[in-house]
Amino acid sequence: MFILNHLWIIPALPLLGAALNGLLGTRWPKRAIDAIAVGTTGLSFLAVLELIREFAALAANQIPWAPAGYFPWLLAGNFRADFALHVDQLTVVMLLVVTGVGWLIHIYSTGYMAHEGGYYRFFSYLNLFMFFMLILVMAANYALLFVGWEGVGLCSYLLIGFFFLKKSASDAGKKAFIVNRIGDFGFMLGMFLMFQTFGSLDFATVFPAAAKMPLESMSAAGVLTAIALLLFVGATGKSAQLPLYVWLPDAMEGPTPVSALIHAATMVTAGVYVVARSSVIFSHAPLAMAVVAVIGCVTALFAATIGLAQNDIKRVLAYSTVSQLGYMMLACGVGAFSAGIFHLMTHSFFKALLFLAAGSVIHAMGGEQDLRKMGGLRTKIPWTFWTMFMATLAIAGAPFFSGFFSKDAILWKAVSSLYGTPASNKLLWGVGLATAVLTSVYMFRLLFLAFFGAPRYDEQQVHVHESPKSMIVPLVVLALLSVVGGWVGIPESLSGSDYIEHFLSPAFAAAEKAAPEVTPVHATKYSHSLEMLLMGAAIFGAALGALVAWRRFMLGKPGRLEGTAFQKNVQKLLTNKYYVDEIYDALVVRPLYWLSNTVFWRSVDERGIDGSVNGLAHAARAAGERVRQVQSGNTRSYATWVVLGAVAVTTLLIWWVK
Amino acid sequence: MANEGYLLSVVTFLPLLGSLGLLALRGDDHTWIRRLALATALANFVLSLLLLHGFAAGTPGYQLEELRPWIHWPPINYHLGVDGLSLWLVILTTFLTPIAILCSWESIGHRVKEFFLMLLVLETGMIGVFLSLDLILFFVFWEVMLVPMYFLIGIWGHERRIYAAIKFVLYTMAGSVLMLVAILWLFGLSGASVPGGTFDLPTIQVLLQNGKLQLPHTTELLLFGAFFLAFAIKVPLFPLHTWLPDAHVEAPTAGSVILAGVLLKMGTYGLLRFCLPLFPAASKELAPWVAVLAMIGIVYGALVSMVQPDLKKLIAYSSVSHLGFVVLGIFSFHPVAIQGAIYQMLNHGISTGALFLIAGMLYDRRHTHLIKEFGGLATPMPALSAFFLFVCLSSLGLPMLNGFVGEFLILLGTYQVNKLWATFGALGVILAAVYLLWAYQRVAFGEVTVEKNRVLPDCSPRERLILWPLCVMILWMGIGSPVFLSRTETASQQVIEQMKRPQMPALAGTRGAVPQLRDAPAGAESATAVQQGAGPK
Repeated sequence: MFILNHLWIIPALPLLGAALNGLLGTRWPKRAIDAIAVGTTGLSFLAVLELIREFAALAANQIPWAPAGYFPWLLAGNFRADFALHVDQLTVVMLLVVTGVGWLIHIYSTGYMAHEGGYYRFFSYLNLFMFFMLILVMAANYALLFVGWEGVGLCSYLLIGFFFLKKSASDAGKKAFIVNRIGDFGFMLGMFLMFQTFGSLDFATVFPAAAKMPLESMSAAGVLTAIALLLFVGATGKSAQLPLYVWLPDAMEGPTPVSALIHAATMVTAGVYVVARSSVIFSHAPLAMAVVAVIGCVTALFAATIGLAQNDIKRVLAYSTVSQLGYMMLACGVGAFSAGIFHLMTHSFFKALLFLAAGSVIHAMGGEQDLRKMGGLRTKIPWTFWTMFMATLAIAGAPFFSGFFSKDAILWKAVSSLYGTPASNKLLWGVGLATAVLTSVYMFRLLFLAFFGAPRYDEQQVHVHESPKSMIVPLVVLALLSVVGGWVGIPESLSGSDYIEHFLSPAFAAAEKAAPEVTPVHATKYSHSLEMLLMGAAIFGAALGALVAWRRFMLGKPGRLEGTAFQKNVQKLLTNKYYVDEIYDALVVRPLYWLSNTVFWRSVDERGIDGSVNGLAHAARAAGERVRQVQSGNTRSYATWVVLGAVAVTTLLIWWVK
Repeated sequence: MANEGYLLSVVTFLPLLGSLGLLALRGDDHTWIRRLALATALANFVLSLLLLHGFAAGTPGYQLEELRPWIHWPPINYHLGVDGLSLWLVILTTFLTPIAILCSWESIGHRVKEFFLMLLVLETGMIGVFLSLDLILFFVFWEVMLVPMYFLIGIWGHERRIYAAIKFVLYTMAGSVLMLVAILWLFGLSGASVPGGTFDLPTIQVLLQNGKLQLPHTTELLLFGAFFLAFAIKVPLFPLHTWLPDAHVEAPTAGSVILAGVLLKMGTYGLLRFCLPLFPAASKELAPWVAVLAMIGIVYGALVSMVQPDLKKLIAYSSVSHLGFVVLGIFSFHPVAIQGAIYQMLNHGISTGALFLIAGMLYDRRHTHLIKEFGGLATPMPALSAFFLFVCLSSLGLPMLNGFVGEFLILLGTYQVNKLWATFGALGVILAAVYLLWAYQRVAFGEVTVEKNRVLPDCSPRERLILWPLCVMILWMGIGSPVFLSRTETASQQVIEQMKRPQMPALAGTRGAVPQLRDAPAGAESATAVQQGAGPK
């Protein structure tokens, strides 16, 4: 019970690493920095493994494990938020992902960043990120969760802008922070409303109270719907959903391990985590659930289409991440929280792997990220190729790879959802399936363009080389996980046990209680055989996508529409990402700047307010100048004034007396 | 019982004593002038920490009171006292003064003696404002403070210093003249229940609370208006803020630090100390209007800050935004929001003080505040850039740093009262990230664009000595807020208590709140005699 009684150890280790490297790292050799960064994260991972051992031994009534807060953090009037950590099934899964994948990426980074300046700074930020991410998933109240939430945002800002000499990098970091702040605006309002409703932000108070509240409906949305939607605004920022996804593709300016850790495996899933964590609140608010499902579903499709037309290897993966996060949101929105978390986990394996492998490609190519300038790398960097191939199969949903099970769980839950109408559920499923086909297309496109065909780079100039062991080993481990990571969730229809769903179900029990009842009609309609049938359709879709990519990018056969004006316009639209950045710029950024500069500052402040203040001063002065002339030193004029004054006073007196 | 030692007097007047000591030094002996000034300020900081020792958290009312007759007629007393509201503000003042002295160590080259003399006199004035419990005494300190500040801007400022100094003084005077009228009026009104009238704040407070002194509605509105105007200018509340950017831009670094760190707080302190407790009906009636101005200030200040080409002006407008939060919190009358407001006053003093210090350090190197003259500074000066980023993060309200605690509590409390207010206020949280990170990017990131900047030296040991304590406070106040908030809790509840009027069950006078009435014959026999003698008007 050591770790359970000392939960603080898990986040404290990376914090220690961050502090040591950040404050003293300038003077240390690389190996010392490595040892501290990788060591503290590794120890944290070990602590999590020990935690899981202890956790497994707990009785059901001891979960969630919530020790008393370590110290009060905010204390004012009737408001109190402690620095308190807790553990339940959801936290355990998140901890495993964060520390496990995080540790692998730390190891990888020692190889990838070996030749970069600011080595100590990089690892200090990376460890600090681990600290905040662990706080985020272990926090026992929303206030502390928000600490982690903003903290990971800060580290994301610092790491995206790591190469701060590049304007595009510092721009991207700033954009990420500000867009996330817009989401946090909603998150904060959600917390305020939550405090007003429940008088606390502690999970232990809020969730039981929310569970007791009456179910709201689509038409009669109440306070829970409002809280859920406000929290979801925050989640769309952090998890890069429409309309706040715009920062994530730009975030690819950061070093690739950062993209893998923060912008694929962990931080961006925080939004999904918050929705899942607040499942009780969401499940009482059908309107919010519908919004989550629709936003998730639309984002998945939308981002996948953009992914088709990107040429930067990391950008393809970035849009892919947005799209996959959409899947997770979709899962939450149809009430399949555990399926969402399951996909979160498998995605963290294969997407981290995709990024790390892409990093290995970039490393091999001497910094080149343009898919059009690659080709034929398969034989030159075989380890990278094979691991990336595994990840591609996993994300495309090849049977028995990890992504297959998790994506299928989501699609199945979408179509058989107890929320929504049969028609709307079919629509969600259809869009999800279409996204799966597109996913397969853009992923195989990437694979074919990078690793197959003839080299499209100057072989004299670029000396392609396989990456060092420190980078390959994490790739292999993640490849293994990408293959087998889904086996914890083999559905019952395939005579599996769906272990992960059963494991997570206590964490979502209260939410499931609020969900509509499973009727016998529903049960017979959505049978195992239908599930298998739809699974077949998904496999077929994935294969179709791969085939399309094969025909187009391997065989080089143009499609039927290729060359038409329609195709060109669509291509342009997709390459330019639907011009969303340009639209935001024209609708928000520029008007705001103009308003602030021309209207507020120059007109209101300088001319209006200050103008009138100075005008008043000038008027006083001018009046003084006039009055001064009375005091001319001229005796005769003084005498005149005296007489005039005497007359005036006398007149007044007479008038007054009367 | 009214006199509980001399600590408050010592803390108030030690800087003045130090400035007298400076007079004894030769004008060109810069080293010892600086040393004496610093020693005085540091000693005063240490002494002010003794307040924490003598201060009992959880006890309502004023503590460590000192009450001595000063002027027989009109009855003006030397009455000092500290409570949770003023406690940390006094310590903030004594904390920032040595820092202001240190940051002027090398940058002030002419009339050195006068400069440090002014700073120390200023410190006495500021502490006096926070500790005075007699309205006239308060007013005296309030005005005394103007004089050194006027000279600090006018003599050691930059190009347009005279304009800025005069603007600062006239703006402030415009408000304080009305406040003086209101004080005298209040004194006259108090004559109805206390023979001869009184300027004693606690006494007036008790009279109002137990219904012995009742203000007609219009009178209360007018009195509130007069006090409010003086404080709103000081805060500054939109649209009375235009003296601030000029004063800040022209003031020397130490002036800006004190101005932003302490002087602005006098406005919000005044609102909490006078406007709310003395004139609750007017406060409540006008709260929506004040809140609207505060919300405009939050958003408008942030937006105007965003487009400033001058770093100091940018920070100045950000103060308008940050202080808007404080005013919003105060006028929500919610205990959590008022706690947040008190906290945010301290935070702003530290964070914005630090921002001005950093702007000053850049000025010392380049003699400009224009952002476009910098760029890429992270390369030649990584340490200063790191400090700068840390302070920016504090100012934009990153959780675990101080700014967040204040803003969060203000918005949380305000939300319970009025959702719309809090929602508007929260917009400022987004915008703060915009203007600070953008400014930071233009100053620190990218390639070095101006050749001269390539060789700028990084933080000197003296500069580190200035910035480290501030950063430690930023972190400490972000994590360990209960240390501070537990000592202000009673005072902020007290403010809400004091806003109650006899329609509710009358409250027992707070401890030590009416010394002048209860203990008059013992210590202040002459004052009482004069009061009685002069009774008939």
